[in-house]
Amino acid sequence: MNIAVCIKQVPGTSQVEIDPVTGVLKRDGVESKMNPYDLYALETALRFKQEYGATVTAVTMGPPQAKEVIREAFMMGVDNGVILSDRRFGGADVLATSYTISQGLRAAGDFDLIICGKQTTDGDTAQVGAEVAEYLDIPHVTSVCKIHKVTDKSITLDIDTPLSIQTAVVEFPCLITVEKGIFEPRLPSYLLKLATEDREIKVLTLDDMQDKDPSRYGLNGSPTQVKRIFPPENSNTRESWDGTPAELTKKLYNFLNDNKYLQKLR
Amino acid sequence: MKESYKSFTARDLEAIRNICGADRVIPKEEIGEDYSHDELSGIRNYPDVLVKVKSAKEVSEIMKYASANNIPVTPRGSGTGLVGGSVALCGGIMLDLTLMNSFLELDEENMTLTLEPGVLLMDVGKYVEEHGLFYPPDPGEKTATIGGNINTNAGGMRAVKYGVTRDYVRGLEVVLPNGNIMQLGGKVVKNSSGYSLKDLMVGSEGTLGIVTKAILRLLPLPKYKISLLVPFPDLPSAIKAVPTVIRASSIPTAVEFMEREVILAAEEFLARKFPDNTSDAYLLLTYDGASKEEVELAWKEAADICLECGALDVFISNTQERNESIWAARGAFLEAIKGSTTEMDECDVVVPRRSVAEFVLYSHALQEKHNIRIRSFGHAGDGNLHIYVLRDDLDDAAWENKLAAVFADLYSKADSLGGKVSGEHGIGCAKKPYLAESLSADEKALMEGIKNAFDPGYILNPGKLFTINK
Repeated sequence: MNIAVCIKQVPGTSQVEIDPVTGVLKRDGVESKMNPYDLYALETALRFKQEYGATVTAVTMGPPQAKEVIREAFMMGVDNGVILSDRRFGGADVLATSYTISQGLRAAGDFDLIICGKQTTDGDTAQVGAEVAEYLDIPHVTSVCKIHKVTDKSITLDIDTPLSIQTAVVEFPCLITVEKGIFEPRLPSYLLKLATEDREIKVLTLDDMQDKDPSRYGLNGSPTQVKRIFPPENSNTRESWDGTPAELTKKLYNFLNDNKYLQKLR
Repeated sequence: MKESYKSFTARDLEAIRNICGADRVIPKEEIGEDYSHDELSGIRNYPDVLVKVKSAKEVSEIMKYASANNIPVTPRGSGTGLVGGSVALCGGIMLDLTLMNSFLELDEENMTLTLEPGVLLMDVGKYVEEHGLFYPPDPGEKTATIGGNINTNAGGMRAVKYGVTRDYVRGLEVVLPNGNIMQLGGKVVKNSSGYSLKDLMVGSEGTLGIVTKAILRLLPLPKYKISLLVPFPDLPSAIKAVPTVIRASSIPTAVEFMEREVILAAEEFLARKFPDNTSDAYLLLTYDGASKEEVELAWKEAADICLECGALDVFISNTQERNESIWAARGAFLEAIKGSTTEMDECDVVVPRRSVAEFVLYSHALQEKHNIRIRSFGHAGDGNLHIYVLRDDLDDAAWENKLAAVFADLYSKADSLGGKVSGEHGIGCAKKPYLAESLSADEKALMEGIKNAFDPGYILNPGKLFTINK
């Protein structure tokens, strides 16, 4: 099986400044890391590799320094790395990003399964995965929280919809985005770091894409206009309850349960 | 012992209400169950009155009254101790210091923080870090008060590199048993001016005076840190690597050892998987520093050393979410072990670093010798071990006998290796016999003399550290 995992380098903290004019994140001089949600996508792919045998390719889009996240993916056990990097890809919104990645995936290989994280911690749209699948014209499911079975032809999985869990069988090739917590991500390995230090990372530019029309990429291919940027509101609401220990315990349990703070061990 | 104090009467209650007002003075029958014990020791007793004090002046007035009337006084922070140190063994007055929880001054030039004793440890860290500063002591129990930390000379995981609470207490305000308010130490870095009473107060478990204010020493906040989770084929090979790791050019902030069984218990307790549970034993190393390069040099050297010492791999935890996945489990070890059995008791010995492996292996062997479950984890880097003896389904008599036999073996082994009874949890009342056994007659006489000099009426936290017949 040939698996591609889409990963992204994001700012290392949530304290990032936003350019008030363009509404774009100021990434210069900010420590970066792999998007935490992508760790679950990588872990899912690596479990498939262990259990069923697969080649796993990590694909990222970004400036040359985004290679760091590919190196980190190698340290987790990924086999190949591809970076989509071209100045003409810069300033892309969700649509242009999805188009670029879909083109990059076509150019990078023939994949049975594409796995993405649920969303990124910088853009937070959770749309790129689904849009990539649309551009590739393959089926997709988002919010996958459990994998039941993988065969040569299909994958059986659970989808976490807000009010219920839906089980689905999806035929390859397809794209899935996985929920946080589907598996506990492994840590990068020092032995793998030593073993993959010289491994080549494939760089793809606009010239390598099937569609070389520059108006589809980067700022040119981005219809989104940012009207206003504002920090999310912090809720400081507090409640206090009175009652006997037994009443309070019950109330607290119900509160936690109703708000889905409790979960069973997977 | 109890008989030697005046019994507490309605008149005493009235007198204390006159000092603090009625709201914060709680008579025995209304005192919550929490105030009768601490987190582990199984030792229970209620005070006659609980007073939620708000100032050194109130503490002083109460001490004067207690002194004059021969009433015992037990100070208490969050009650998160593990040896019964904050249990009012002889009844009397319990001073709850948790309402004295204000930050008084952050002196960035002297790099000190002045605060009241009831501030929680977790709030200290957060407060100073917002100002780019760092309070290094890092005991596992973050809801403990700083006053409690000072009174037990709490240690924690970062002791390997940064030392313990005593190393970060610059000055103290203390109320003596006679009610006098005294300032010890100050903002000075050096001090050769007579006996260091301040250092004597630290770790005195509330037996010499009541801490009502503290001046803590701060460091610049290290900007970068990384943890390494290092799997080994077995515990001996893991622990044997520790001296070599510590001798390397950079000192790790923390060196913890953990075994698979404890990790599995934590996974079950937290309903969350640990990033790796395939090996029998792990070392957890952390490094911090001012620059990424400095930290990288340090951890790579350590990683190479570990591999040379037989590590199976070295896993790198370099982001907040990765650290969380490891440290959430590490932080839950105590509760997880507690949750896996009916009752447990712990031994918090400290041995010279070189002897950690020998001691842990010895404690393992005791499981078979005494036919009882023993679990351990701890600070491999500073020789402070936490060894838990688990009751499971033993009946009262068997439990008491076995526990005593296991503890006798553990403490005598520690003693033979040059170790001490408590590394960081203190003596309280639970470890008194073991302290008594380990002290020489001269040490004992000096300690009693010190107690007598501070508290001649023997009213402050009686029954702790050692037994003196009043």
